[in-house]
Amino acid sequence: MMDLIIDIALNALYVLLAVAYGLLLLGIARKINARVHNRVGPPVYQNFIDVGKLLAKKTNIRHNWIFDLAPLFGLAGALLTLLYIPMGGYRLLSGDGDLILLLYIMVIPSLGMALGSGASANPNAGVGVMRALTLMLAYEMPFLLTLLSLMIFYNTTSLSVLLCKQQGFRWAIFVLPLSALAADMALQGMMMKKPFDIPIAPHEIGSGPMVEFGGKYLGMLMLFGAAFAVVETSLFVDLFLGGGVILNPSQYGIIAYMVNYFVWMLLVLVVWVIAVFINAVFPRFRIEQAFKFYWKWPTVIAALGLAQAYVMSVILGVVP
Amino acid sequence: MNAEDWKKIQRMMSKRSLWMVHFCTGCGAVEMPPVMTSRYDMERFGMGPMATPRQADILLITGYLAVKTLKRVVRVYEQMQDPKYVIAFGSCTMNGGMYWDSYNTVKRVDKYIPVDLYIAGCMPRPEAIMDAFLKLMKMIEEGKADGWKRYKEHYEEYRRNQMRVFRRWDE
Repeated sequence: MMDLIIDIALNALYVLLAVAYGLLLLGIARKINARVHNRVGPPVYQNFIDVGKLLAKKTNIRHNWIFDLAPLFGLAGALLTLLYIPMGGYRLLSGDGDLILLLYIMVIPSLGMALGSGASANPNAGVGVMRALTLMLAYEMPFLLTLLSLMIFYNTTSLSVLLCKQQGFRWAIFVLPLSALAADMALQGMMMKKPFDIPIAPHEIGSGPMVEFGGKYLGMLMLFGAAFAVVETSLFVDLFLGGGVILNPSQYGIIAYMVNYFVWMLLVLVVWVIAVFINAVFPRFRIEQAFKFYWKWPTVIAALGLAQAYVMSVILGVVP
Repeated sequence: MNAEDWKKIQRMMSKRSLWMVHFCTGCGAVEMPPVMTSRYDMERFGMGPMATPRQADILLITGYLAVKTLKRVVRVYEQMQDPKYVIAFGSCTMNGGMYWDSYNTVKRVDKYIPVDLYIAGCMPRPEAIMDAFLKLMKMIEEGKADGWKRYKEHYEEYRRNQMRVFRRWDE
């Protein structure tokens, strides 16, 4: 019984920390953007104030119950995804084949948001959702090829085994650099950063799917965005950078968990800052350009990475 | 912690994170870019432009309002979520300015929607706009920016004034 309570408390702490870290990441992104524009920019804790303000606002938007439940759906889906992502080697839910499961549950929050904004019947939201789904179709192609190369090379579909085999700085990014490059390109679209911020283009379609959300709804969507920023960057860190696991928990115990968590935070920050810098200097693609781009260059690179993984693993017999 | 303390915290956060939707059908749209970009940078104070009225806290009305655009302004204002603030910008919004004898220009915006703050001038310079924003933040902290409460209290009068200008509400 006591173990169960401790477990639940620990899980809640990890999820809460991840969401708070996500808000901090969004603040850092705003600061970096401002500095690139030669502005002073808001303080890094600005997004905490924003969320607090939004959740304290009165909200009287009425469409239908699907619209009311959609932000909750999105936030709950994002938290569920967080539970499946190893954060610094510590994972809350796990199982065999969870890499494939993760691909499916990562779509749930986005679909929830699409459902809600579709229910608002705003034409801008409809355009935004259509663009978001098309973009998803575009970046999933290189991303799935990348995952396939990882699965073939490491001969597993379990994230824990993947982390285990990458311990001691035998990171996948050193072994499969082409796949890592393709995955990072896909990540840019997954996070909807420029040049792929097509679905939420504020100057074209009035922030797309978010157009009808205000007040508390928008606050919840902001928390969802923060959680998802952590999910996406953390997925890249877990797949290619060893998930920040540098000390073996079975050997060093609780110190290993703390050190690994710190390293994980650092690596997430690095991946995030790279995306933010690309975001700061690029204009926006049109949706068909983004689609063409994704099915051309990242897909070719990912296919080369897949061939490399196949040759190394099956023909040369390299076993990590 | 009583209710007054919570309200104080809410006002503190409200003040540091003002998002605005600007209604720039008159003149004055040109004065906004220097305020947003690197010269004056209003994002220092957590302010930023927002795409839709649902997400915004401030309605910024720049320059004159024609009778036709007033209805759009009222609609935008009513779509915003409480607490919300209105800044009227330029002398046309106070007394008609250079359009004082025009047949289809609204002379005083305050009769139709509650204005929290006016910025005088034709046009006000970006310094004046920054000053107005800082003043609005101070007013919010002291709880004096209560236009949205006034609109609820005196809704009938505001609506009567609006209907005097519009022939029909739904056209």
